[in-house]
Amino acid sequence: MAHATANAEAGRSDEIMVDLQRVNKWYGDFHVLKDVSLTVRRGERIVVCGPSGSGKSTLIRCINRLEEHQQGRILVENIELTNDVKNIEMIRREVGMVFQSFNLFPHLTVLENCTLAPLWVRKMPQREAAAVAMKFLERVRIPEQAEKYPGQLSGGQQQRVAIARSLCMMPQVMLFDEPTSALDPEMIKEVLDVMVELAHEGMTMICVTHEMGFAKSVADNVVFMDQGEIVEMAPPAEFFTNPRSDRTKAFLSQILAH
Amino acid sequence: MEETLTRETQTPARARPRGSRDPIGWARANLFNGWFNSLLTILILALLVWIVPPFIRWAISDAVFGAATPDECKAASGACWAVVTEKYRLILFGRYPFEEQWRPLFGIVALVGMALLSCDRRFWGWQLLVIWALGLGIFFVLMGGGVLGLSPVRTNLWGGLPLTLMLAFIGIAAAFPIAILLALGRRSKLPIISALSVGYIELIRGVPLITLLFMGSFMLPLFMPTGVDIDAILRAQVAIIMFAAAYLAEVIRGGLQALPKGQHEAAAALGLGYWQTQGLIILPQALKITIPPIVNTFIGLFKDTSLVAIVSLTDLVLATRQALGDPEWRQFFIEAYLFIMVIYWVFCFFMSKYSQHLERSLATDRRS
Ligand SMILES: Nc1ncnc2c1ncn2[C@@H]1O[C@H](COP(=O)(O)OP(=O)(O)OP(=O)(O)O)[C@@H](O)[C@H]1O
Ligand SMILES: [Mg+2]
Repeated sequence: MAHATANAEAGRSDEIMVDLQRVNKWYGDFHVLKDVSLTVRRGERIVVCGPSGSGKSTLIRCINRLEEHQQGRILVENIELTNDVKNIEMIRREVGMVFQSFNLFPHLTVLENCTLAPLWVRKMPQREAAAVAMKFLERVRIPEQAEKYPGQLSGGQQQRVAIARSLCMMPQVMLFDEPTSALDPEMIKEVLDVMVELAHEGMTMICVTHEMGFAKSVADNVVFMDQGEIVEMAPPAEFFTNPRSDRTKAFLSQILAH
Repeated sequence: MEETLTRETQTPARARPRGSRDPIGWARANLFNGWFNSLLTILILALLVWIVPPFIRWAISDAVFGAATPDECKAASGACWAVVTEKYRLILFGRYPFEEQWRPLFGIVALVGMALLSCDRRFWGWQLLVIWALGLGIFFVLMGGGVLGLSPVRTNLWGGLPLTLMLAFIGIAAAFPIAILLALGRRSKLPIISALSVGYIELIRGVPLITLLFMGSFMLPLFMPTGVDIDAILRAQVAIIMFAAAYLAEVIRGGLQALPKGQHEAAAALGLGYWQTQGLIILPQALKITIPPIVNTFIGLFKDTSLVAIVSLTDLVLATRQALGDPEWRQFFIEAYLFIMVIYWVFCFFMSKYSQHLERSLATDRRS
């Protein structure tokens, strides 16, 4: 009972948003995801960390089918990811993604980047799409850049546009794949601030990141991956102070060293 | 020992040194910097002095302009531009009935106007279809007649510049979308589509255009049921389109491949489907970076239309050759060919300039 109240206060519910059940994936003969199971509820914030090559990107890219898994089940809002293009498109509409390398569309202005998918995928009227876009550009604090092209912005600004672009689709879940690791140190904070705000508003988030400060302040659970499997998953307080597995300890001592 | 540096007073701004701005300084910096460049500059200047004045003397000072007889031309030591005055209607319009030649003239105007309007990016959309429907509609009504009180003129009498422009413009406009589909097809994940595209491209690209023209003219009729006759111009037009499409497809594929994978992924992650991704994200960028080679192909196609002479279509070049069939004027072929060279050059130079303009106006990567 106490558990349920705590959840309700943080905008969380017991409704399952993303469910991975014993997911396996191979690249050729290379077993990149091994029996990965993960349940993410509405409003929950998950941070995924782990050494390079451990399969973090592959894991979250399976959730919106940028990569195909070969075994196990992945359900997003109770829709199962199969080869059915209809399902895939339905899920992609509900799942936003932010990439390490921003991937803005360089031939479109910031505003056009943000209105494109609402216009063409959600079939929103132009006027409404522009209003929504401006709302989110204000939220990420760059409304004044709306008419510029991505190439004219700094890395931090571009990443904030990328976040706004995703939010314009009103996604139910946001995936972040190392959103700050291509940024100069002084720009990391402006992007993290936006992500923290988003977390406080109750967005369901799965973030691959090595920003442990971010993990400590907003994550409900930290997932540690190594060699394609989930080694440990725990709330940040426990994860950072009292890691159970030796692999986690070794990893933490490495990244906390600098 | 470590040295440290601190500067207490601010350095005042100084005037930029002279030298690179005034002509003498510019010449010294750009034409005479080092013995190799100096030598090159002198050689080129010498070459110009050697070639240009005699050419001007031949083409202008000693030339015969306006209406003149061949004998007057033979007496003069310069160019005989009188051959152009005498033969320009044959060169420009071929064997099109003389009294009706205002029609191909306005046909040219319609085609050129249509092409010029197509250059304006504001019309890139459904307007383009209207412009082309109108332009080609006017052109074919004028050329062919048979309606609106215009006497019918059979296509075997069409020739000269309107024929060249028609083959080139329709060739470009039709080859372009086909090439886009072929380029996308070649990258398709569906094996049948990609195999068909590869097969088509490699087959057509591997043979000379002339052979395609021959096949269209002499082999196609063998397969057609008797009584069905496809117009010779149409057959040549189709051969040109097929040929240009194969070339252009590879150019466009180069652009498609230059785009980072992240663009496809970002589009997919936003829920865009295949055609939306290609049409809104991938092609606009791929076509933009391939403007130079695309226009290069267009210019090549424009000039390749002269190959239709091989199947007896009287394009600008063949019309000129026929005009020079007159023994009185035959010896002044240089002047006649210079005349059509200028015509070709004007169109191709315009395309080249337009492509540079387009590249600049589409550039979005510069910080402003
Ligand atoms: N397309 C691919 N084909 C073959 N192997 C791949 C492919 N993509 C990734 N891999 C391999 O799969 C493993 C997991 O890759 P993944 O990108 O998921 O790692 P990661 O945990 O995100 O690493 P990083 O922290 O460096 O981003 C790596 O060993 C990688 O070399
Ligand atoms: Mg990664």
